[in-house]
Amino acid sequence: MNGRRKFLRDVRAFLVSISAIGGVLKLLPAKAFAREASRKGKWYGFGVSVDKCIGCARCMEACKTENDVPREPFYFRTWVERYIIRKDGETVVKAIESNAEAAPDTSGDRSILRSFFVPKLCNQCADPPCVQVCPVGATFQTGDGVVLVNVKTCVGCRYCIQACPYGARYLHPETHTADKCTFCYHRISRDLLPACVEVCPTQARIFGDVNSGSSPLTRFRRMNKIHVLKPALNTEPKVYYASLDGEVR
Amino acid sequence: MSHELTRTLSELLPQIQGYIYPNEIEVHWGLLIVVYPYITGIVAGAFILASLVKVFNVKEVQPLYRLSLLTALAYLLVAPLPLLSHLGHPERSYEMFLTPQPSSAMAMFGFVYAWYLMAVLLIEIWFVYRTDLIAWAEEESGAMKWIHRTLALFSRDKSESALVFDHKALKTITIIGIPSAFLLHGYVGFIFGSVKANPWWSSVLMPIAFLFSAIVSGVALVILLYMVITPLTGGKINMKCVDKGVDFLFYVVIVDFTLEFVDFIHRIYQSEEEIKILSEMVMSKLFMSLVVIQVLLGMVLPLGIIGVTKIFKRRFTLNEDLRKMLYFISVLLIQFGIFTMRWNVVIGGQMFSKSFRGLTTYKMEIGGIEGLLYALFLLVLPLVILTVLLKVLPPWKEMREEGPDLEDGTPGVLPAPER
Amino acid sequence: MKKILSKMPDALARLLVVFAALAILGAFVVIVLIPKDMKDVKIQWADAIKAEQAKPVLYAGFHACGECHERIYEKKKTGYHRDLSCETCHGPAYAHTQDPDEVKPVIPKERAFCPLCHAYNPSRPRGFPQINPAAHNPLKACASCHNPHDPKPPTTPKECSACHGEIARMKAVSHHVQLECTTCHQAPQQHKISPRSVKPTKPQNREFCGKCHARDAKDRMANNAPRIDLANHGEKYVCWQCHYPHSPEVE
Repeated sequence: MNGRRKFLRDVRAFLVSISAIGGVLKLLPAKAFAREASRKGKWYGFGVSVDKCIGCARCMEACKTENDVPREPFYFRTWVERYIIRKDGETVVKAIESNAEAAPDTSGDRSILRSFFVPKLCNQCADPPCVQVCPVGATFQTGDGVVLVNVKTCVGCRYCIQACPYGARYLHPETHTADKCTFCYHRISRDLLPACVEVCPTQARIFGDVNSGSSPLTRFRRMNKIHVLKPALNTEPKVYYASLDGEVR
Repeated sequence: MSHELTRTLSELLPQIQGYIYPNEIEVHWGLLIVVYPYITGIVAGAFILASLVKVFNVKEVQPLYRLSLLTALAYLLVAPLPLLSHLGHPERSYEMFLTPQPSSAMAMFGFVYAWYLMAVLLIEIWFVYRTDLIAWAEEESGAMKWIHRTLALFSRDKSESALVFDHKALKTITIIGIPSAFLLHGYVGFIFGSVKANPWWSSVLMPIAFLFSAIVSGVALVILLYMVITPLTGGKINMKCVDKGVDFLFYVVIVDFTLEFVDFIHRIYQSEEEIKILSEMVMSKLFMSLVVIQVLLGMVLPLGIIGVTKIFKRRFTLNEDLRKMLYFISVLLIQFGIFTMRWNVVIGGQMFSKSFRGLTTYKMEIGGIEGLLYALFLLVLPLVILTVLLKVLPPWKEMREEGPDLEDGTPGVLPAPER
Repeated sequence: MKKILSKMPDALARLLVVFAALAILGAFVVIVLIPKDMKDVKIQWADAIKAEQAKPVLYAGFHACGECHERIYEKKKTGYHRDLSCETCHGPAYAHTQDPDEVKPVIPKERAFCPLCHAYNPSRPRGFPQINPAAHNPLKACASCHNPHDPKPPTTPKECSACHGEIARMKAVSHHVQLECTTCHQAPQQHKISPRSVKPTKPQNREFCGKCHARDAKDRMANNAPRIDLANHGEKYVCWQCHYPHSPEVE
């Protein structure tokens, strides 16, 4: 009798503690379903034509100007990487600087297989890990698929910076809140192009609505073989790359 | 501030090896976030030690029971401080309670913490001390009387049935408490283990490894405190208790070591994309803290020392002082080992670029909110709180309970500490 | 209430009262005292979107420029720079569209600017026009040869370069790259049939070169040309007896 009662009590206590854990687990959203583009309204995306980028850094310059990004070289909403891949597989990567820098003369270097520029920016993932981890809901995805940061409620815990696989976020040194590319949300809401797209001299950057029937972005996605960065992480980036080299991470 | 930051970051620029994303140069989670899992780990570990007595009926470590509960409380009170201090906007931290995002592991901190503090630790301590509080309040006068009366919630019930209920309640709370303690620290591991962007952190084993290292650090710390506090307050160390505690510690360290070893082997055997940069990091940036301090000094050496005392048991039984000293050294080493384990996880996870092409450097500051001095302050603060707790809720009676096989022991012989 | 409490063990009742008080206090603070917009992320998000949208625009976009600068806009449309936005070179110009007289966009005249795109860089895609800034007409402003609104690589007519390839190549990298062959030479039709017997003309006097290089030269092309005093600069010779016009060495 006593043994059974004791057992029942233990079971009860066990259930209470399990339900505490279960409650937390239940709150975690089901991640099994991929986020699809919302069928109604706009769903913004971005195209990068790697073959067209000439590494002039006008995009970086325009981005810092338009969005008042700190000028120090530790804060970038967009940047351009230069890849040099040698015959032995050695890959040298460098983020180019925004002012003119003399290109190292490598024309005589026979060990170089190929070399190119790759523009990078926030991938505005359809399933953004930064939004997932934000404890206070300061970073969120708008209805048209842009990930924004609410400077008024960001507590500056930097979990989102850790969670971003692309290094696209930084802590703004003055506001002490997380900051990132917004696709120039203030511009696109006025039917202007993002600043980097506006100034890109070679149309290496293409901006548009994924849902639109015909647009430069739709054409870009139709006519090119498309790849995204780090697809294995299942973040479903909406920055689509054409002619992306396998060495690019 | 901003200029200062710019200057420090500019100094770091030439120290970058290979390529890192340009935003990655700033190490965002510094020393404070190293201190945070270390402190919560001690909370969980100390509580597990306490539940050894209550749930698993390990009578030998009874003298550690109240001390470990108070230690857990002292460290738990400090646990949110490093988190709060490292925020860009600590004044907005209330938002974690007002708009918690259910998808965020971090948002759960406030709730896990509140649950553990209010529903487990405080209640358990209250039930443990209730009768004592009543008794003290009856004997005392002045401020202390009122403190104890208030702490007892003005309860005066010392009847037999009340004692029985206390006992039952304690057992239930401890049973709830064990998964809660697991939750508290497993959750801290989950904060790191769930970051899929970071292969150094992203591991299913992370919460479990955190949990076991938490138990290691908590048990080691309580033993250490017991061995320091008892002689200081004029008591005699109960070697039977310490032996048992160290015994338990020994096995937990073995489990912890195995877990981390499994993780290590697993990574090397799978050798995914990131293995090159990770091994480069371990061999250069983390060699001292990971290989030398964490593994060799913090695990292998204390395991060896305790192992020796076990193998040559008879010889060491004779020489109690030597055994004491060896234990003391071991638990101290283990503390350092666990602290560097937190360091290697937190700082190590930010030393390499997520492009897997380069390494950056962490430069520890001395002053300032992210600095060494503040971190030391946070590490000392729980001890100060513990001193206060020991004054208000003295555990001496239990700590001085002498084992039956100590020759001159009759319980309660030692003088009660002056208040 | 009291009845229920008195049935419980004393300790439990006391704890329950304390916890209930705490819970009620907490609930009161959260539900009553704290304003709604602090608890509802949806409201916060809407505000954040508004704040984001309200940020000032600095780059006006290329359509805006065409409204006033129609001639250049139309010209640019047909050239190699047709896809290039005005603000890529002239910088953010929204302020200029608001107050065209007070705020003027920059005109990048320095030689360092065009090579941002057109300097040779092995990482640039093949076929993109690139030059070596150190060897390509050093010290001369890019715009003095190339119209940035309608850039064209200067070419030598096929009729001339077919035979005079060496001269064409030399001239192409010289200060005189922008001069047509016919600026200095008149080639009669017969020259193509019997090149040896019918020769093109050459400038026969100093005044011809002086149209650009004399101190008081007024020719449109002469803006950046080095100037000399025709009266006392080697008066004995015709200019090309000392200077080779297809690759003048004067800096």
